[in-house]
Amino acid sequence: MTQSSLHETVRIGLLTGAVAAAGILFDNAYHIQVLVFIGINTILTLGLNLLMGYTGQISLGHAAFYGIGAYTSAILTVHFQFSPWAALFPSLGLAVLVALIVGIPTLKLSGYYLAMGTLGFGMIVFIVFRELDFWTGGSSGLAGIPSLKIGSVDLMSGRNFYYLVWGAVLGTLVVSRRLIESRVGRALRSIHGSEHAAMAIGVNTQAYKLQVFVFSAFLAALAGFLYAHCIGFISPGSFDFMASVRMVTMVVIGGMASIWGALLGASLLTLLPEWLHAFADYEMIVYGLILMLVMIFLPQGLLRGLLDIYERSRNA
Amino acid sequence: MQELLQYIFSGLTNGAIYAVIALGFSILYGATRLINFAHGEFVMLGALGLITLWQGLKIPLAIALVLAVLGVALIGFLFERLAIRTVSRPEPIVLIIITVGASIFLRGVGMLVWGKDAHSAPAFFSFAPIDVMGAKLLAQSIWILVVVVALTFALHAFFKKTLVGKAMTAASISKKAAWLTGIPYEWMILLAFVLSTATGAVAGVIITPITMCSYDMGTLLGLKGFCSAMLGGLGSLWGALAGGIVLGVLESLGAGFLSSGYKDAIAFGLLLAILYIRPSGIFGAKDLHRF
Repeated sequence: MTQSSLHETVRIGLLTGAVAAAGILFDNAYHIQVLVFIGINTILTLGLNLLMGYTGQISLGHAAFYGIGAYTSAILTVHFQFSPWAALFPSLGLAVLVALIVGIPTLKLSGYYLAMGTLGFGMIVFIVFRELDFWTGGSSGLAGIPSLKIGSVDLMSGRNFYYLVWGAVLGTLVVSRRLIESRVGRALRSIHGSEHAAMAIGVNTQAYKLQVFVFSAFLAALAGFLYAHCIGFISPGSFDFMASVRMVTMVVIGGMASIWGALLGASLLTLLPEWLHAFADYEMIVYGLILMLVMIFLPQGLLRGLLDIYERSRNA
Repeated sequence: MQELLQYIFSGLTNGAIYAVIALGFSILYGATRLINFAHGEFVMLGALGLITLWQGLKIPLAIALVLAVLGVALIGFLFERLAIRTVSRPEPIVLIIITVGASIFLRGVGMLVWGKDAHSAPAFFSFAPIDVMGAKLLAQSIWILVVVVALTFALHAFFKKTLVGKAMTAASISKKAAWLTGIPYEWMILLAFVLSTATGAVAGVIITPITMCSYDMGTLLGLKGFCSAMLGGLGSLWGALAGGIVLGVLESLGAGFLSSGYKDAIAFGLLLAILYIRPSGIFGAKDLHRF
């Protein structure tokens, strides 16, 4: 075990401890709820970060997969009386299938065209959610999504759902970490560096890009599944273009190509609306400013950028 | 027949507006190889700006039109100076995120200034609609088509006949060679931003009498303008015009004969098809880089 992976193991151990401690310490249902949302957003951000941060492929339509995960499970449980756990596999499976079908042509594009292509895809899926009102309830949304149960234990009661979500977060963190340090991870980073150079040294760039796209769609659908069964109600507004922009902002603020940055970005942007009263009116201005300022002044992300400034000032 | 003609008329009108938006994308892409994801928001600022100046402040229409376009061009100027020039690593992914950020920011500002309600303006002229085989052609539509074709001619003349226009073309072909011949390259980029955002504002002001305008109108219009620019071949002025008209008519026919709810999906489906199959556009001659 190398030094850095030992550090990582310690960090993940610390996070596990912190999650358990927070679960015991926080008593207030509202606080627990906020922590659950941080967890769901962390899963989303981790997935998108693998695609954007590590592989350098932008997606402006990732909310589509989040929505597919949420809507598939919601429709199956509400209209077809599936048990939520039985709906988990179809909803993840559909997201993976859609990601494969969309990914093959889309990932041949790069730069601005990829961004426009994914944006167009996200918009189409959003329109489908809104217009397929027989199943999705249209703009007014779909209510009455059942909560998750294990045996006779309702996961919605108390802190059970919190532990479920953060268990999934820790699992995702470990898997992402392993992925980054593997042969696949190196291939992904080589694509980020230069796609042509990666091809020249024998990396099958199309296949790797597709794999990471599908994996990030899988994680987004998992987050969507958790979201739908946590809230019990979903509407197309949660999966629009702004939702995709929120995801990109979480990746950008935490720092592209940083797994711990994903946790930071998701936490900050989940807490911000809770702290700032009347945030709804300023939400777009704040997100827009964050995206512009971070990319102009701290392209490595908030954490790395502030550390750099600190180190420079200490050395000066 | 009457129904078909009516759809085509409304498609032509919408298409002309998409064409102006596409012109803005093409001007900027031609000069800088950059795609501005905030372009639609400049259309929104032009439209709502005109409504405020004309209806709110009671400024005469002609002056309000000029002021709205100049005001938006000024914002375009500031946008280039503050958000684009300052970027240290101008890679596509960085510029995409910055322009997406600018788009969300401007939309947020629009919501604060104009609120969430939709606004509308009366028709610029009060002529009776012309009757063509039972279908009604609004005077406003004819006026829009005339403005669009005139604008395309004017831009074409600017790029082909004037010294500044030729310098911009030169700078877009080779930055270094243009610099060696004494063309101030950075000014050309700035000018491209100002021109591009000003055409966005023109699209915004001509759209005000025919549609409801609100702070969130920009995203869809921007995407459809981009789709039109791609259809006609990005960077080509006449391609932008043709692409806009084609998209407008297809969309109008699709909404009329298939389903109006999925109207917007037509544009995106077309955009994806173009990106996958022929990224140089229907009218574009040379193959465009996908990598």
